[in-house]
Amino acid sequence: MTRTGFARAAIPALVGIAVIAGWESLVAIYQIPRIVLPAPSAIAQALTDDFPSLMASLWTTLRITLLAFGLALVSGVALAMLFSQSRIVEMALYPYAVILQVTPVVAIAPLIVIWVGFERIDLALLILAWIVAFFPILSNTTLGLRSTDHNLIDLFRLYGASNWQILWRLKFPSALPYLLNGMKTSGGLALIGTVVAEYGAGSGTATGLAWRIVEAGNRLQIARMFAALALLALLGVAIFFALALLEYLALRNWHESAVAREP
Amino acid sequence: MILGNLRAVAQTFRQGNAALGPFDLEIQSGEFLSLLGPSGCGKSTALRIIAGLLTPTRGEVIWHTAKPAIGYVFQDPTLMPWATVHQNIRLPLDLASVPRPQADERAAAALARVGLKPRHADEYPRALSGGMRMRVSIARALAAKPSLLLMDEPFAALDEISRDSLNEDLLRLWREDQLTVIFVTHSVFESAFLSTRVVALTPGPGRIAGAIDIAGPALRSGEWRMSPGYSETVRQISKLLRDGMKAAA
Repeated sequence: MTRTGFARAAIPALVGIAVIAGWESLVAIYQIPRIVLPAPSAIAQALTDDFPSLMASLWTTLRITLLAFGLALVSGVALAMLFSQSRIVEMALYPYAVILQVTPVVAIAPLIVIWVGFERIDLALLILAWIVAFFPILSNTTLGLRSTDHNLIDLFRLYGASNWQILWRLKFPSALPYLLNGMKTSGGLALIGTVVAEYGAGSGTATGLAWRIVEAGNRLQIARMFAALALLALLGVAIFFALALLEYLALRNWHESAVAREP
Repeated sequence: MILGNLRAVAQTFRQGNAALGPFDLEIQSGEFLSLLGPSGCGKSTALRIIAGLLTPTRGEVIWHTAKPAIGYVFQDPTLMPWATVHQNIRLPLDLASVPRPQADERAAAALARVGLKPRHADEYPRALSGGMRMRVSIARALAAKPSLLLMDEPFAALDEISRDSLNEDLLRLWREDQLTVIFVTHSVFESAFLSTRVVALTPGPGRIAGAIDIAGPALRSGEWRMSPGYSETVRQISKLLRDGMKAAA
């Protein structure tokens, strides 16, 4: 690892350790009740005590998040490609995509849950998370497809390329940096969407992490709340890093954003 | 032999701005024709019309035999940044469904012909200098074996040293492949060095201000730049351009 690479990992880690140590000692010194602010050690204890049930909830949330993200990716890219082929389709549908985006998901959650039915709550959560995750993919990919070098399009036409070849060999790679950037936003939003939908659905049949937080809150198990919260944050960070890595791997050879500048 | 004609070609853009013409031009097979004019006179538009990328508002382009195979080189190298040099050069062959082994061979040959080393084949465009990128762009045009090569101010963004060296290489390729070249430029010196014929355009909407044939040696080297014939040609072209500017004013 290079010196700057090491510093990049070490400095935030040191900050984290300092904050946790300060937190632990503040709680001990001022004897802050567990119900107000549990010490990090108490949170770790709650995490190990409830490990199986928390992991099961983590898996539920992760599964819906990943499904919603995958669905958003496929539908967003497909719709963006359709938009790039037909201005009329874009004019007809884009405003509705925006409406879907700007309507708060909490507000439509009860409606979706009623339509889908409480017995299929996972499907309702999936739909809600998809609605939240879908738009960044659509708008970024649409912008990317439209940003293709016009001279390259001319060149492809000159050499007799079909619309399909232009889309696949030219517009799609041109849009890739935009799409990957949209995916980083969308991955986080899929998780947020899932959690908000779990809250919004507010049903005892949901078993995700958000529901663990609500449940622990109702029982005043604050340490457990924090444990679930920490898991959610970790999950969000993991999703972000996975997508950032994917972006780096896909663009490292050619895109300015990912190429290390030569000294 | 006449390859084709532009007949009373004119282009008006949507806002009603006249960009070009009316404009008549005869394209001789095997000539190196420079279209010389000030910025905004519609030179590039003329080239796009000849390539068939733009349908003129009025007039027509007539090819005397079949429409020739056209290669096009833009002012920017216009390479795909995600593809290697080799893949970029192979593009026209891939689009024409040339079998892969044959396409690889032809792309490698085109790379060598523009003076690039085999080790450049697997590099990405961003790793190359501006002059080398332009060479890749020319190699891509040559890989498709065009008979008519259209070039839109290809060396305008390059430093003078790269430009001189590319000019000489371009003349060699033009000779070897017996190409017809239509070369858009705003440089009097470049047109005097390269062309067998120079057509000067008036400021927009571009019309023909005049044309001159340049006798000069068929294969010009750096020597040509030093010769009295070259200076005389530069003088004549400059006068043509000046007269065109005056007539338009």
